[in-house]
Amino acid sequence: MHGPAAKMEADKAAAKKSKLGVTLFIVYTLLYSGFVMIGLFNPELLGVHVIGKQNLSIVYGFGLIVLAIVMGFIYNAICTRMEDKMNIK
Amino acid sequence: MIYDVSIWAIIIFVVFVGSVLGLSFYFARKTKSASGYYAAGGNIHWGVNGIAFAGDYLSAASFLGICGMIAFSGYDGFLYSIGYLAGWVVALFLVAEPLKRLGKYTFTDALDARFNSKSIKLTASISTLIVSVFYLIPQMVGAGDLVVPLLGLPHYAGVLIVGTIVIFIVATAGMTSTTYVQFIKGALLIVFSTILTIYILNNGLTLNPGEKYHEFIKVGAVVEDQKLVGITDSTYSLKESVTVEGKYTFVSLEKNEVVRWFKLSGDSSYLEEMLSISVADDGTTLYNGEPKSAQKFYQVGHLTKIVVDGVEVDKTGPLGPFKFLSTMENSELIRFTKKAMPNKNTTVWYPTPTSGRDMINPGLLYKVSTKAGATFWTKMNFVSLMLALFLGTSALPHILIRYYTVSSQRAARKSTIVAIAAIGFFYMLTLYMGLGASVNGVLDVESSNMSGPLLAKYFGIGLFSIISAIAFATVLGTVSGLIVASSGAIAHDFMDKYLNMKMDDRKKVKAGKIAAFGVGIFAILLGILFKGMNVSFLVGLAFAVAASANLPAILFLLFWEKTTAKGIAFSIVTGILSSVFIILLSPSMYERYGLLKSAAPIPLDNPGIISIPLSALVLVVVSLLSQKDNKSKVENYHND
Repeated sequence: MHGPAAKMEADKAAAKKSKLGVTLFIVYTLLYSGFVMIGLFNPELLGVHVIGKQNLSIVYGFGLIVLAIVMGFIYNAICTRMEDKMNIK
Repeated sequence: MIYDVSIWAIIIFVVFVGSVLGLSFYFARKTKSASGYYAAGGNIHWGVNGIAFAGDYLSAASFLGICGMIAFSGYDGFLYSIGYLAGWVVALFLVAEPLKRLGKYTFTDALDARFNSKSIKLTASISTLIVSVFYLIPQMVGAGDLVVPLLGLPHYAGVLIVGTIVIFIVATAGMTSTTYVQFIKGALLIVFSTILTIYILNNGLTLNPGEKYHEFIKVGAVVEDQKLVGITDSTYSLKESVTVEGKYTFVSLEKNEVVRWFKLSGDSSYLEEMLSISVADDGTTLYNGEPKSAQKFYQVGHLTKIVVDGVEVDKTGPLGPFKFLSTMENSELIRFTKKAMPNKNTTVWYPTPTSGRDMINPGLLYKVSTKAGATFWTKMNFVSLMLALFLGTSALPHILIRYYTVSSQRAARKSTIVAIAAIGFFYMLTLYMGLGASVNGVLDVESSNMSGPLLAKYFGIGLFSIISAIAFATVLGTVSGLIVASSGAIAHDFMDKYLNMKMDDRKKVKAGKIAAFGVGIFAILLGILFKGMNVSFLVGLAFAVAASANLPAILFLLFWEKTTAKGIAFSIVTGILSSVFIILLSPSMYERYGLLKSAAPIPLDNPGIISIPLSALVLVVVSLLSQKDNKSKVENYHND
């Protein structure tokens, strides 16, 4: 079962998974860039309280970390379903 | 800083290292094939591999470096946490599965799968080596830093210990034992960081970080015409007064034949004690005017004001994770800022009142606000750092080889997600550990790297011993992974594939072990040579070089049909040369050469923003010019 590409079974879901991956990547990249852009053009905004008594730096920073985890789980769930559905022999 | 060595620390350390070695012996007997050596036989469980990813990734830079940076510079250290984690999104969504599909043992295999090109084999193996060596140096330096307080040994002894153990681990069992070492260490690091964070929150915030904390002396100043003419305390005698950068007045005062340095306060009303290290004319080093053994070089960092719900208090008692941050924001603390005095062999750290608000917003290290004096280039530094961190992760060879230890693409994906969850959780804790270290009087101004472990010491010697042993194992594991990656680049990519030496399985493993031994010795030398260098600095460098050299190659290969072998090879070379060139001419390096920062020809500390696009551009141009080469390429990726 291990190792080289050639021995691995063809994955019919590859193209669809790749498309989903690219979409999610773009979404995350935009949000990440948003954080960098605020830091660049309006850093004062990061000090503003947004939720409870937490400022935007904390909420956005923690948000990016939590979002990566959540998107990872969603991606895995969808991919696993696609693989199970499309790779039936 | 001088530390007392604890017998517990030594026992826990020995047990830890002993178990790691025992594990290696166990797996060594099982590892015979090349696939076993370089890719752990491709049968590691995805859950184990995921935590091992976390173990690989949470190196000395994350635990020691980020916590230290947050402790000294607040939120700007946390930017590393955000960027390092975001890098995994690139790995998961774009790189993990295709790379698993294309490769066998190494990242070079994957890049070369469609082309079978000599130039790719050569450039990619060199790039793997360069990035791994850049990454190795800070790990070895970190190991040296750790053994000083832990075992009371000198720096070079730590480097030697790590080097010897790692060579042993790698040379015996390769990727299998490396994987299990990483798994155990990754899991322990996360568990004990959580425990440390619980201690921090339970302890809350307090104005008094303990009985032993040094109360910094204040002496009244007599100032006439903006010049210091005398002091109000007659037990001190005024020695000399130095003006630095036209705005700071540093004064030395003598009492009982001990000379200490003070700083004139902003309103010129008093002199405030600083920390200082001076080299006397006879070559001895004095810490706050006395020999090191007098233990007068204090640990620092404390709060001066705590406000809870609009009321000032002395201490808060236990706080929840959110309340901790909002209380921190309304508080004020003292950080210590380093200044080297011109024409004197003295370095001082002066107390700098800092608002909690500044600590939990970016800006103390990377100036982004124009109001705070940000320039175009300081802003570019910030963007460049965030770009290199985002794109660096999925270009690190020792991370990429971990995709070959699992059995399938699905397992590759799942282990990436386990890694993201574990690493993400850990990075959220770094903010608490860093801020906790900044206010509990534990900081050693000589080495920010020790902030996390020293905070653990504040809560008890047992916790300190365990955390330090884990940190040491962290270095062991990461160095093992890097050496496996390097030995793969030399034995598999270069000797077997590029030189076409046609080695059989046994020879390939033997060549890998010899290569591991060589790289290990080299790493030991570099670790001793680079003593005192900042751990995060070099890791940031490794990320920038990796992102510039490898990432355009990987992404274009996967997503652009017209990519050619020549395009990839030229892009890798451009990425390495441009990023290293910019680093060597950067202000930070100029400071290291002993030159003026402002004399650096390129006012950028992180090369990513120039070298990554440049490398991508070269790939596109060269590929378009060499399209005819692509007619013969091996089609196995798009035919899935």
